[in-house]
Amino acid sequence: MTASGKAIDPAALATAVRRGERVALASALNLLDDRRAASRRVAAEFISQLQLGQSQTQGHLIGMTGPPGAGKSSLTAALIAVWRRQGLRVGILAVDPSSPISGGALLGDRLRMKTSAGDDGVFVRSLACRGEFGGLSAEVWPMSLVMMAAFDITLIETVGVGQREIDVSRMCDTTCFVAQPGSGDSVQFLKAGILEVPHVLVVNKEDMGAVARRTLAELGTALNRQHSDGNWEVPVLSVSATHASGIELLAETLARHHQVLLSGGGLPARRRRYQAQWILKRLQDEFGTFGIDKLGGSDAIMRQLAQQDLSLFEQYHALRHNLLSLYQQTHD
Amino acid sequence: MSQDAKTPDKRDRPWLMRTYSGHSSAKASNELYRMNLSKGQTGLSVAFDLPTQTGYDSDHPLARGEVGKVGVPIDHIGDMEALFEQIPLEQMNTSMTINATAPWLLALYVAVAERQGVDPALLQGTTQNDTLKEYLSRGTYIFPPAPSVRLVTDIVAYTVQHIPRWNPTNICSYHLQEAGATPTQELAYALSTAIAILDAVKASGQVDEEDFGNVVGRISFFVNAGIRFVEETCKMRAFNAMWDTLVQERYGVEDPKQRRFRYGVQVNSLGLTESQPENNVQRIVLEMLAVTLSKNARARAIQLPAWNEALGLPRPWDQQWALRMQQVLALETDLLEYGDLFDGSPVIEAKVQELISGAEAEMERVAEQGGMVAAIESGHVKRELVMSHTLRMRAIETGELKIVGVNCFQQTAESPLTAGGDAGIMKVDVQAERDQIASLQAFRASRDQAAVGRALADLRAAAISGDNIMPSSIAAARVGVTTGEWSEVLREVFGEYRAPTGIDIAMAGQTESPALDAVREQVRQTGQALGRPLRLLIGKPGLDGHSNGAEQIAVKGRDAGFEIVYEGIRLTPAQIARAAQEEGVHLIGLSVLSGSHMELVEDIRAELEKIGASDLPIIIGGIIPESDADQLKAQGVQAVFTPKDVDMNAIMAELVNIIRRDHGLEGFAQAS
Repeated sequence: MTASGKAIDPAALATAVRRGERVALASALNLLDDRRAASRRVAAEFISQLQLGQSQTQGHLIGMTGPPGAGKSSLTAALIAVWRRQGLRVGILAVDPSSPISGGALLGDRLRMKTSAGDDGVFVRSLACRGEFGGLSAEVWPMSLVMMAAFDITLIETVGVGQREIDVSRMCDTTCFVAQPGSGDSVQFLKAGILEVPHVLVVNKEDMGAVARRTLAELGTALNRQHSDGNWEVPVLSVSATHASGIELLAETLARHHQVLLSGGGLPARRRRYQAQWILKRLQDEFGTFGIDKLGGSDAIMRQLAQQDLSLFEQYHALRHNLLSLYQQTHD
Repeated sequence: MSQDAKTPDKRDRPWLMRTYSGHSSAKASNELYRMNLSKGQTGLSVAFDLPTQTGYDSDHPLARGEVGKVGVPIDHIGDMEALFEQIPLEQMNTSMTINATAPWLLALYVAVAERQGVDPALLQGTTQNDTLKEYLSRGTYIFPPAPSVRLVTDIVAYTVQHIPRWNPTNICSYHLQEAGATPTQELAYALSTAIAILDAVKASGQVDEEDFGNVVGRISFFVNAGIRFVEETCKMRAFNAMWDTLVQERYGVEDPKQRRFRYGVQVNSLGLTESQPENNVQRIVLEMLAVTLSKNARARAIQLPAWNEALGLPRPWDQQWALRMQQVLALETDLLEYGDLFDGSPVIEAKVQELISGAEAEMERVAEQGGMVAAIESGHVKRELVMSHTLRMRAIETGELKIVGVNCFQQTAESPLTAGGDAGIMKVDVQAERDQIASLQAFRASRDQAAVGRALADLRAAAISGDNIMPSSIAAARVGVTTGEWSEVLREVFGEYRAPTGIDIAMAGQTESPALDAVREQVRQTGQALGRPLRLLIGKPGLDGHSNGAEQIAVKGRDAGFEIVYEGIRLTPAQIARAAQEEGVHLIGLSVLSGSHMELVEDIRAELEKIGASDLPIIIGGIIPESDADQLKAQGVQAVFTPKDVDMNAIMAELVNIIRRDHGLEGFAQAS
């Protein structure tokens, strides 16, 4: 039943995941976490099966990021409550840092996402970023595909303190940045250009009063409100997760962005483009310029990924496999 | 008696002698109290069970397995009346270990006094009522910090005006030491807590400026005494000096009587061992010396643990032994005939000064963060405590800190003390919970429902408006409101809270440790063999908030390379089972210290079964008697750890092997 030994039938697993069966979801996520070569082959097959005949616009993938202590998990919990009242099913991927020395990690986000235990409409999986790739866990992307197949809304929560961390949300449909009032971080983020990525800016802890209002004002004035995606003006919202105020409006804003994406008709192409960029980045991280050159350069890879009909996850594995065997030959 | 006759008025009066006790039911506890009083105990110290402490009625699902376990269940005024039957309250000095629900239990006490025909103004005793430390240790908080401070404040303001001889709050450094605090930290955090409470009372405007000296004069402390008894003596002298300065400088209190540092003591339980438990007797006696030797810093009330606390619940005879220790010291020795033995000692004075300056530095750090409440909410204080405790555990592991019978001199002859049929502990009758529930339900059916409804509406109005919570609580007690109903109203108004776990401390494993390196390698190799890093869920089911063990395993597990899922205290079996499944863990580790391990394990297994995850292996740690451990293992629990198991690297290695065998891999050979 777990990925530990017993054989997995990728097609059956995909069907069960689409039905939202919890046992299947858990073993699918375990499978995608499994780095053994044999498991990776099963995983690729499973993802293809999962996407077979599935709508290209299934689900809404939301990225939530922001500095540590901004209250992202409490905000997530408050959003879950709103979404559940609306009858929406929610999957959460929460990314926490790992220790660079032991590889161990404390996955504590669930603590603040106290959900009703009997609710089958919520599923939370925590991920350690496992240090290798500048804060991004390799498994986030495929796991988000699993969550999207099963849930109306999938939310990825990451600590966003730099350009690299925010990349994880760049692959989402909607990115939400949570600012910590009074930290001064927000202005730094503005300068670093990070705030060009999010579609929604949130100042949490409005109960902090004047400090929160000042941060709100700073963001409001400094920001180029027209998002580079076009057709979207970036709202700056003031909320309080602890007092559950402003959460409905936030949920509504996230849904409105989703509607804009859907009505524009470009969502499937955009998802493919984002995912292709994600693949390219991962290949760069793992194999460097050497690897990218061997595959004909990044433009060629992007063109190839954009054209082919094969599942992107399968292509990713094929490309990775090619590079691995090349690398092994070089060293033989 | 003859002793008194020989030494007429030369001797000091002995301190109040109590035994922290209560179990099964109000009736059984009342019998125990009357027996203890007849043996020469001079005050009562009531232990409430966890549902009462966390605001649930005995028939609430979360109360299952916990009713009457660690104390007496009090659901309503009928229980409280039975608890003090034939104990005239105007003559009694009663200490109640109660925090989040302190206003409610005090209200019941007042209502029972009225029924006994006693003027509440004459009542004497103590409500622990230090909810801030519950966020750091012990864990019986309910509400967020702000409303908790407000409830503490309400009791202070009410008793100063209406029950003038009551100690409204017993600010506890006791539990901080149990959570790992050093003497410096105990001083700093207890005094910072006192500042937070006194400031809040002042800000509430409930007490007139000129009466503020009375408020300060009623603040008392509840302190721990560990085995390093010379340093502990110095700590008490430091407390004295720091409190005197603080209340003078910060609150302008001039009357020396109001400035006196008044404290009660329970000596250290953290250092009591399960191995060779008879050694705990001399530990307890030495610890008692720490808080009695120095006349100027002597405790006003002492309660001693029983020698067998680390094994399970003490029996009446065990408690009697603890009481006799106090009586021998107070009545047989010449201690009370002398003035202060340490005044003028340069050694003592130097140590006191060292503790004071360390504590002042830490108080400064707390103040910089905006005070004790902010430093608790940010997780700062909890992290400092977890760090201290981690260092202590590591010192025990390496043998740098010697514990006789645990990490040295482990060989022992068989103990006749634990050889009896009861293995030297008391077991609570499982029938007690069922009886309590039946009597609660009968009580509910018999009361004036309309009056209850009105009382709860008044309570809600007071909670919302900010009026003092005591008058409406006392009115509710009179008409038969239950503990669960009172708490539920406040839960609805104030909301609930989860405190920071404090386990996100910096790497504690950076010192060279071959044992840790070896485990780390085993964790890594096993993760590789299984395709992904090893994941461990640490769950604290039930109402028990003693989280040291869970925190230490979490920190050590992270340092050994596990990915640790830990959500803090008071989870339901369903939450634990679901979290284990959603997080894809390889192993579930439970920690239970309240004695309800059998019921909780059964419930968690049922929940796992329900969601199709019954194949997940389970281990458990806690105060678990051997016979229960055998039964748990027979039911399929993979390992049972008790306070005897102090080598945490060895525990980690065992966890790795449990996971390996669960996946058909051969276990690593472990160095013993």
